[in-house]
Amino acid sequence: MTASIVTPIGASVRRKEDHRFITGKGRYTDDMARPGQAHAYFLRSPVAHANIRSLDTSAAAAMPGVVGILTGADLAADGVGDLICGWMIHSVDGTPMRMGSHPALAKGKVRYVGDHVAVVIAETLNQAKDAAAAIVVDYDVLPAVAETGRARAADAPQLHEVAPGNTAFSWELGDAAATDAAFAQAAHVIPLDLVNNRLAPNPIEPRAAIGEYDSGDDAFTLWTTSQNPHLARLVLSAFVGLAPEHKLRVIAPDVGGGFGSKIFIYAEETVCTWAAKKVGRPVKWTSDRSEAFLSDAHGRDHITRAELAVNGEGKILGFRVKTTANMGAYLSTFASAIPTYLYATLLSGQYDIPAIHCHVDAVYTNTAPVDAYRGAGRPEATFLVERIVEIAARTLGMDGAEFRRRNFITSFPHQTPVIMAYDAGDYAASLDKALAMADYAGFPARKAAAAAKGKLRGIGLSNYIEACGIAPSAAVGSLGAGVGLWESAEVRVNPTGNVEVLTGSHSHGQGHETTFAQLVSSRLGIPIDQVSIVHGDTDKVQFGMGTYGSRSGAVGMSAIFKALDKVEAKAKKIAAHMLEASEGDIEFKDGRFTVAGTDRGLAFAEVALNAYVAHKFPTSEIEPGLKEGAFYDPTNFTFPAGCHVCEVEVDPDTGETQIVQFVAVDDFGVVINPMIVEGQVHGGIAQGVGQALLEAVHYDGDGQLVTGSFMDYTMPRAENLPSFKVGLTETRCPSNPLGIKGCGEAGAIAAPPAVINALTDALGTEDIPMPATPARLWQIIQARRAVAQAAE
Amino acid sequence: MYAFDYERPSAVDAAVALLRSVEEPKVLAGGQTLLPTLKQRLAQPGTLVDLARIPGLSAIERRGEGLSIGAMARHAAVATSPLVREAIPALAELAGMIGDPAVRNRGTLGGSIANNDPTADYPAACLALGATIITSARQLAADDFFTGLFETALAEDELVLAVEFPLPARAGYAKFRNPASRYAMAGVFIAQGADGIRVAVTGAGQGGVFRWTAAEEALAADFRVESLADIALDADDIMSDLHGSADYRTHLVKIMAKHAMVAALR
Repeated sequence: MTASIVTPIGASVRRKEDHRFITGKGRYTDDMARPGQAHAYFLRSPVAHANIRSLDTSAAAAMPGVVGILTGADLAADGVGDLICGWMIHSVDGTPMRMGSHPALAKGKVRYVGDHVAVVIAETLNQAKDAAAAIVVDYDVLPAVAETGRARAADAPQLHEVAPGNTAFSWELGDAAATDAAFAQAAHVIPLDLVNNRLAPNPIEPRAAIGEYDSGDDAFTLWTTSQNPHLARLVLSAFVGLAPEHKLRVIAPDVGGGFGSKIFIYAEETVCTWAAKKVGRPVKWTSDRSEAFLSDAHGRDHITRAELAVNGEGKILGFRVKTTANMGAYLSTFASAIPTYLYATLLSGQYDIPAIHCHVDAVYTNTAPVDAYRGAGRPEATFLVERIVEIAARTLGMDGAEFRRRNFITSFPHQTPVIMAYDAGDYAASLDKALAMADYAGFPARKAAAAAKGKLRGIGLSNYIEACGIAPSAAVGSLGAGVGLWESAEVRVNPTGNVEVLTGSHSHGQGHETTFAQLVSSRLGIPIDQVSIVHGDTDKVQFGMGTYGSRSGAVGMSAIFKALDKVEAKAKKIAAHMLEASEGDIEFKDGRFTVAGTDRGLAFAEVALNAYVAHKFPTSEIEPGLKEGAFYDPTNFTFPAGCHVCEVEVDPDTGETQIVQFVAVDDFGVVINPMIVEGQVHGGIAQGVGQALLEAVHYDGDGQLVTGSFMDYTMPRAENLPSFKVGLTETRCPSNPLGIKGCGEAGAIAAPPAVINALTDALGTEDIPMPATPARLWQIIQARRAVAQAAE
Repeated sequence: MYAFDYERPSAVDAAVALLRSVEEPKVLAGGQTLLPTLKQRLAQPGTLVDLARIPGLSAIERRGEGLSIGAMARHAAVATSPLVREAIPALAELAGMIGDPAVRNRGTLGGSIANNDPTADYPAACLALGATIITSARQLAADDFFTGLFETALAEDELVLAVEFPLPARAGYAKFRNPASRYAMAGVFIAQGADGIRVAVTGAGQGGVFRWTAAEEALAADFRVESLADIALDADDIMSDLHGSADYRTHLVKIMAKHAMVAALR
């Protein structure tokens, strides 16, 4: 009877939250209007690097509507702490990373265009802007360095006194001697220089914050666009020092996308919270798109030189990597972890590589801070691995698929030389399925047909792996993380049998209100509409770590699973008393508690009601109520992997690329809702294609942002993308109870090398940078034609 | 946005009078360039003079041997007008390629040419078709109207009322879009009319829209695609920026000219 009311794991049920979103009933931070709220506008640095000789706010303060103007001096006077980076990295020489001071409002120096100089709070936003224009700042403009590759040059301007040579850290992972030895045995050494282009995250909802102070309770409330409200509260309390945790409530209501950029604790929400008490009014700030380009943490921005050692049979022997990672002007909240433990640990890819060594120099430049962006380190690793593997195959005259197959890891668990212990996977299975779906065998005929109509056609593979389910707390602690990365859940069964789940995860587009409810529905045998998911409010929900790194299925749902175990165990005790049977004879299935071997039973709701009525069991032995919490700490990362195949046609007349086919076969372990997973894959591929073909943040030589709007920063559009062919293979994840691996970042990780491998195949040169814009491809085609003509 | 006064006159004379009397006036037509500019505080007009309530400025009609399109005619109206599609199908196609649906439903012909963005589409059509710009004061040949980047022959107190297009025997337009903004990086309009062949290029010239006389001469000799092979275009006069070098744009102009010819001969 009950099977039909349940929404099981594996069902493509429509998203519960979408009714709210598509009927305009979502409640975003900017939708909130607090009584008496004033509006904040940040005066930002127009120059990339300068000492502030003087800052005169007197004329501005007299402007109409101005409630208050605050500067770095006010921050200092109040003892407000700097923004922090929460992951300690040690350099090769054993010294801790050099963290330049990062005040929420500049204290005498600005270090990038968009850096925060002062905040003006006024009755209206227009008044705040007018007053900001009346602030007189005398900048002693200094030379700037924006280019990653120039940051460590001897003559480069220095950003932070504590970081000589603009170096935040020089870090390494792996065994250098073993890698050298592997190269000594190599028949072929494949070199590769590449750039991983800087990206702007551009979630559809810009960042926003409202700070409010209640003098009666001496307590603050912050509404903000956060992927992890508890972490925001922790940092603002323990490090910035705005208020003790119990006097600071952080609410992240509906949030319109984050892609990592809303993990971090920024200057704006810090200042709005602090300022609310200073001016005695709620203070609201909403970023416009121009501010987002300037001040949201960017992603990627690596320069890498790598070498792959291969023997005569096409077996990889060793991999040597040297990367310079641009951190921007300051170390953002998790910035240091991205080009280190989320990057170098994935350099083994899907391959059995005996020796790997990676050196990373993290550098400061006069640019916006760089931190996690969809994939965070893993796209950079995958782009490098899948490009160099492809080039190796081509160098050896081998088919790319065959070369990969020859080097696949085939037995599990597998310990890589770079920390990670892969627990499960079947890389050949996803490769085979992807090649079949892409009709790989038929490609030569399609290439010939394209050539006949003057088009250059190419095919590219990407066999990616990522580490998700972030992360085992002790493990990340040993690597420098300032926090544990477990997740929490509380399952509240109400007397009438419906359920509220309080999760420490945060949904900002992922569909948790549906997938988490599916888990509860299937487990308790109740309809999905009798389950509510509560998240994003530190006053409602127990401490939790939030959503990023494809962790909310593998870690967040595992916490719910654990709490459901406890709910079931307690309900069984109560059911045993109600049914006058021994606890060991009670079975729970399809929403009913039954006495084994009899037809006697109770519906879940009957037991729930009785748990609260508490008439039929001894409360000296069993507490009334039915509410259980759990904290789940994963025992390992999870390792989603798969194979994406991209096929392109380039028009040599214009340099335009058309993606004519894109196949994605992914192993995400157990899939809760295939429709939502497909959506995640589609969105990820779109962003990956964006990186490969369209998107790049450009600063000029003076550190001015050239791509400051959608007039110059190219976002992927529907017409840039084909209709994706997606498929799944499944190896269950052994390290969490649901067997989930995670799916949120796969597309953004896998797509860039698939696209570039296809383009390099089409054009017959390995030297194609991202983004491969029409102008760049046309230039490459012209240059190759000139070389070919000269040779004739 | 800075504060400004707002006027919505109901006659051309009243609008012109406002342009003469108020401080720092700015004419508002469809607002697709002006409103984003205001929102970003990149302009600070004293008074916006909105033309929306002036009757008769949106008409699309056959007039004599030509086609007259009112200054306030929306791009979407031009793109879908049976009159335009029959008389100058290339012009209807051009209008349908401007921006996105939201822009096409608000943006106007008059607003576009008065703004004379060097990457806008309409200036190429006006120039290649040999259009006449009807203003509140006079009639101007398109050749005399577009004077430079974002500059026209319009006086401070002069409004575009309509554009009269002679009907070409054949015409075609092709453009290569800027990947980010979708404005033209190279747009070429080719028309064969009573005055001969006219080829106008938008999106590429350092001085804005221009006539490519070498291509005109080659096509006048023989109106076919092959005539465009090896026609010179000096890259020194072509824009160069983040999205494409002058060499690339120069090349795109040649490619788009071929596509425009294919369209014209269709």
